[in-house]
Amino acid sequence: MIGLRVLFFLTVAVAASMAAASDSLAGEITKHNTNVTAAVMFLGFVVATLAITYWAAKRNTSVANHYAAGGRITGFQNGLAIAGDYMSAASFLGISALVFGSGYDGLIYSIGFLVGWPIILFLMAERLRNLGRYTFADVTSFRLKQMEIRSLSACGTLAVVTLYLIAQMVGAGKLIQLLFGLDYSTAVILVGMLMVLYVLFGGMLATTWVQIIKAVLLLSGASFMAFMVMKHVGFDIGRLFSEAIAVHPKGEAIMRPGGLVKDPVSAISLGLALMFGTAGLPHILMRFFTVSDAKAARKSVFYATGFIGYFYILTFIIGFGAILLVSTDPAFKDASGELLGGNNMAAVHLAAAVGGNLFLGFISAVAFATILAVVAGLTLSGASAVSHDLYASVFKQGNADERAELCVSKITTVVLGAVAILLGILFEKQNIAFMVGLAFSIAASCNFPVLFLSMYWRKLTTRGALVGGALGLISAVTLMILGPTVWVQILGHAEPIFPYEYPALFSMALAFAGIWLFSVTDRSAAGDTERARFLSQYIRSQTGHGASGAVDH
Amino acid sequence: MYDPVHALIHANPKFQQLVRRRQRLAWTLSAVMLLLYIAFILLVAFRPDWLGARIWPELPVTWGIPAGIGLIISAFVLTGIYVHRANGEFDRLTHELLEEVLR
Repeated sequence: MIGLRVLFFLTVAVAASMAAASDSLAGEITKHNTNVTAAVMFLGFVVATLAITYWAAKRNTSVANHYAAGGRITGFQNGLAIAGDYMSAASFLGISALVFGSGYDGLIYSIGFLVGWPIILFLMAERLRNLGRYTFADVTSFRLKQMEIRSLSACGTLAVVTLYLIAQMVGAGKLIQLLFGLDYSTAVILVGMLMVLYVLFGGMLATTWVQIIKAVLLLSGASFMAFMVMKHVGFDIGRLFSEAIAVHPKGEAIMRPGGLVKDPVSAISLGLALMFGTAGLPHILMRFFTVSDAKAARKSVFYATGFIGYFYILTFIIGFGAILLVSTDPAFKDASGELLGGNNMAAVHLAAAVGGNLFLGFISAVAFATILAVVAGLTLSGASAVSHDLYASVFKQGNADERAELCVSKITTVVLGAVAILLGILFEKQNIAFMVGLAFSIAASCNFPVLFLSMYWRKLTTRGALVGGALGLISAVTLMILGPTVWVQILGHAEPIFPYEYPALFSMALAFAGIWLFSVTDRSAAGDTERARFLSQYIRSQTGHGASGAVDH
Repeated sequence: MYDPVHALIHANPKFQQLVRRRQRLAWTLSAVMLLLYIAFILLVAFRPDWLGARIWPELPVTWGIPAGIGLIISAFVLTGIYVHRANGEFDRLTHELLEEVLR
C-alpha cells in the first residue's frame, strides 16, 4: 500500500530532521540543552499518530467515513476532540501569557471563549445533527437553493479556514524554531506534510483520534503544572495571589480588569465575536456529524464545556505560577530582562521550573502536537467544503460519484497543505495577531447568522441568506482592515477610519438586517416554496425523523 | 422533500408538548447564560473597580475571582441541566411520539 510507504518515509524524514536539529543545537550556545528529550517525545507522538492514521486508513473507504468517521465517535470522545480543537497552542500559550503579563485580563478572555458553548448546545447542537450529514452547509442549504447557499457557506468556510491556518502555521514555525531549534521553513513544511498525511489517509477518524490523544496529553500536562504551582504555595490560593502581587511590576493591578478592553463597544463586540464565532467555526461544527445521534451530540458539548472550562482554570493558575516561578528566575530571561522567546513562552518556562528538563520536553512536544492536531482538523473541513459543497453539490448538482468526490477531497487536501505551507512561509515576518480575531468575526457574521436563521426562521429565503451572508462577510473584512489593528498597526496610517478593534457587533447586525430585509421583500415563487418547506425541516430538526444514520454505506 | 408523516407528527399533541417544553428550557438557559456574561462584560467595561475590590481586607482575593470562576462553573452546570433533561425526558417523549406516529 502506497500510504504505508509514505508514512514510513515521513517518519524517517522527521527523525532525521529532528536529529539534525539537536546536532546543530549542540554546537551553539543555547538556553536549553533539552531539545533532545523534546524531540524524542515529539517523535513518539508522531509515530503513534501515524500508526493511528495507518489503522484509520483501512477504514477510510467511503465519504461517510472520510468526512464524519462513519458517525461512530462516542459523545465522550467527541467532547474531548472538540475540546482539543479549541485548546490550540495559541490558547494554551497565549492565555497563560496574558495572565502572566496582566493577570485578571487573561481570565476575561478565556470566559469569552467558553460561554459560546452552552449557547451552541441549547440552540444548535441537536438541530445540526438532525439536519446535516457532513458539513454545516448541508443545514443552511436544507430548504434553500443548493448552488447559491453552498457556494456562500463554502466561501465562509474557506475564509475562516485560511485565516486560521495561516495563524497556526506561523505560530507553529516560530514555536518549533524556538523549542527544537529547527529552521522556520523546515518546521512549517514538516507541519504541513504531517497534517496532509493525517487527513489524506486517515480522514476524520484519524483526525479525531489525533485530537483526542493530544487533548489528553495537554490536559494531563497542564494539570500537573497547576498542581505543582499549588503545591509550591502550600495549596493556599491567597498565598499564590499575594506572592504574585509582590513580584509583579503591576502589583495589585493584576487582580482586577485592566487595559485589555478599552471601551464598552469594543468589549461587547469582542464578546459577540468570541461567543457566536465559535458557533460558526466550520471545523468545530463538522464534529457534530461524527456522532451517531442528537443524544451523543448533546453529550459531546457537555463534556467539551467541562474540559475547556477546567483547562482555562488551569491556565489561570499556570499564568500566576509563571509570575511566581518564572519571572523571578534570571535563568529564563535575556540581558534586557525580557522573557526568553517572549511572554508566549511563560508556560513552557514554567514547565522547566516545576518539572525539570524531562517535563519541559514533554510540554514542548505537546505544544507541537497541539498545532498538528488543530491544523489537521482545519484542513479536513476546508477540503470537505470544496469536495462536498462545491464539487458534489454545486458543480455536479448532487449527482457526483462517491469515489470521485473522495478523490476531489484528497486532491484539495494536498492543495490546501501546499497553500498553508506557502502562506506560512510568506507571512513569517507579518503581524498575524489579527487573523484569529478576523476568523472569529467572519464566522460570527457570515456563517452563524445564515446557519441560525435557516434553522429558526421560517421566512428565510435564498435571496435573504445570500445578500445578508455576503454583507456580513464583506463588512467583517472591510471593518477589520479599516480598524486600528490593520489600518494603523500594519498599514501604518495615523488614525483608524473605523474606531473599534473588533467589527463583530456591526457586521453581525448588518448580516441579520440584510437577511431579514431581503427575505421579507422576496416575493418570488421560489421564495414561497422555500418558506413552505420549513415545516418538514422543522419536524426533522425537532425529532430527528429522517436524519442521516450512523453509518451510510 | 415532503413527507406525509410530517403532517402526522405535527398534528400530534405530544410533538407540540415536546417542542414547547424543550424550547422553553433552551431559551431560558440561553437567557441565563447571556445575562450572566453580559452583566460580567458590562462590569468589566463600566465598573472594573467593583471586580477589583478585595473580598476580605486581609487577603488579596478580589470579587473578580469568584465572579470569573463562577461564570466558568455556571456554563458547565447549565449545559449539565440541559443534557440531563434532553437526554432523559425529551428523548423519551420523542421516542414515544415517533412510535405512535410510525406505527
